[in-house]
Amino acid sequence: MEVSVKINGAAQSHDVEPRMLLVQYIREVVGLTGTNIGCDTSSCGACTVHLNGESVKSCTVLAAQVDGMEVETIEGLAGDDGSLHPVQQAFHECHALQCGYCTPGMVMASVSLIEENSSMTEDDVREGLEGNLCRCTGYHNIVKAVLQASEVSQ
Amino acid sequence: MIPANFDYVQVDTVDEAIQALGEHGDEAKLIAGGHSLLPLMKFRLATPAYLVDINRLDDLKYVRDSGDYLAVGALTRHCDVEKNDLIVSNAGVLAKATHNVGDPQVRHRGTIGGAIAHGDPASDIPSALLALKATVVVNGPEGEREINIENFFTGFLETDLNEDEMLTEIRVPKLPDAKWSFQKFNRRAQDWAIVGASIVCGEGHAGVGLVNMHSVPFRSESVESALLNGANAEEAGELAAEGTEAPSDLNASRDYREHLSRVLVRRGLQEAGR
Ligand SMILES: Cc1cc2nc3c(=O)[nH]c(=O)nc-3n(C[C@H](O)[C@H](O)[C@H](O)COP(=O)(O)OP(=O)(O)OC[C@H]3O[C@@H](n4cnc5c(N)ncnc54)[C@H](O)[C@@H]3O)c2cc1C
Ligand code: FES
Ligand code: FES
Repeated sequence: MEVSVKINGAAQSHDVEPRMLLVQYIREVVGLTGTNIGCDTSSCGACTVHLNGESVKSCTVLAAQVDGMEVETIEGLAGDDGSLHPVQQAFHECHALQCGYCTPGMVMASVSLIEENSSMTEDDVREGLEGNLCRCTGYHNIVKAVLQASEVSQ
Repeated sequence: MIPANFDYVQVDTVDEAIQALGEHGDEAKLIAGGHSLLPLMKFRLATPAYLVDINRLDDLKYVRDSGDYLAVGALTRHCDVEKNDLIVSNAGVLAKATHNVGDPQVRHRGTIGGAIAHGDPASDIPSALLALKATVVVNGPEGEREINIENFFTGFLETDLNEDEMLTEIRVPKLPDAKWSFQKFNRRAQDWAIVGASIVCGEGHAGVGLVNMHSVPFRSESVESALLNGANAEEAGELAAEGTEAPSDLNASRDYREHLSRVLVRRGLQEAGR
C-alpha cells in the first residue's frame, strides 16, 4: 500500500507492506539510520521518534498508520547549519552518553517531555524517561542534561 | 520481529468499522493504539487476516460532562485521560491509574477503549473503572448497548463484545467528593503491576478493583461489603484475597500475590481515609 508521510519536513511516498513497522520504514526504506532498534518489544525506547510532535516507540507503530502524518527523527533536530538542538547541546555538555546507542531515543523522548512540561524537577525527569533504557551511563548525566535543557528552553 | 501478513483498512466512521468487522468475522481485528495488539502480532500470538484501523475516528476522542457521569470516547489516548481536568477532579483514581500505564511514549498511543477491550487482568485501567462502577457503551449492527464494567470481562483476554461490535464510550460516574487511592506494586518503573488496587470510598459508595488477581479484572465484593458495613482499613484489607484466583508466574507466586493484595488494599484504604 502507498504511504505518504513527511519525515523531518521532507515529503516521502513509498509502496510498503501493511505489516512493515515504522522503525523499519524509517531505517530501511527512507534510509535514516539514526533511529535505533534495541529491544523490538516496546520496552527500551531506542526507537523513539515524534509522530505529529509526540514521542512514540516506532517499533510499535505500523508504517501504514502514519500515512498523512508528520514524523521527526533525530536527524531532524539540528539546524541546517549544523547547530545542535538545545537538548543535543546539553547531552554534549553534560557527557550524557557513553556508547551512544540509547541516545537518539533518549534525546527524542526528552524533547517531547520538555515540550509537555514547562518546569520539571529531577524526579519528573526520571519518571518522564522511564520508557528509555540506558545500559552505560547510570542515567545521572542524562537527567542533568535534560534539566539543563529544560531551563534553557524556558 | 515482523507480524504475519494481513490486509489493512482504515475506517472513518463507527459504521464502517462495524461493517468491516461484520464482513470478516473472527479473521478481523480492530487496531486502536496498537500497544497491546502489535506486540502480540509481532510474537505471532495474534495473526489477524484483516486489521481495521480506527485511529482516524476523531469523533471518539473526547471527555465530556454528561450530568451524572463523564463520557469518555473509546479512542481517547492515555495521555489525554491522565491530564484531563474533568477526570482529575471527578474520577481521580482513573487519572492516576492511567498515569501509571507504561511510559509517556506508550501513553501517547494507547487508548482507554483498547485497554478495556483487550480484557487483560494485568491492566491498570479496568481496576479504576471497576472501583468507580463505570459502564461501557458498545455499538454493533443492532445499535447500541450499555454494559456494567464488571459484566464486560468474561474470561482471560475475553470480553462480552461480539465479533461485529466495538466499544465506543466509557461512562464514568462523577464522584468529586469521594476519597480514592491507586496502588501498584512492580519492580521497575515502567512495568506492569505484579498486583494493583484501585479504591474509591464515597457517600454510600465502596469500590475496590484489583489488578492481576484473577483471570479477569477483579472486583472485590468482599472488601466492598465489609466497607459498607463499617469495617476499617485493617479489617477490610484482610479480605482482599477472598474470591481471587491469582496466577503464579515468574514475578510472583499465588500466595505472594494474595499477600500483596491484602497489603495494597489496606494501604489504599488508609490513604482513602478509612
Ligand atoms: C511497553 C508497554 C508497557 C505497558 N504498560 C502497561 C501498564 O503498566 N499498565 C497497563 O494497564 N497497560 C500497559 N500497557 C498496555 C497499554 O495500556 C495499551 O495501550 C492498552 O492496553 C491497549 O490499548 P491500545 O489502544 O493500544 O489497544 P490495541 O492494542 O490497539 O487493541 C487491544 C485490543 O483491543 C481491541 N480494541 C481496541 N479498541 C477497541 C474498541 N474501541 N472496540 C473494540 N475493540 C477494541 C483490539 O482489537 C485488540 O484486541 C503497556 C503497553 C506497552 C507496549
Ligand atoms: S526498539 Fe522500540 S522500544 Fe525498544
Ligand atoms: S549510552 Fe550506551 S546505552 Fe545509553
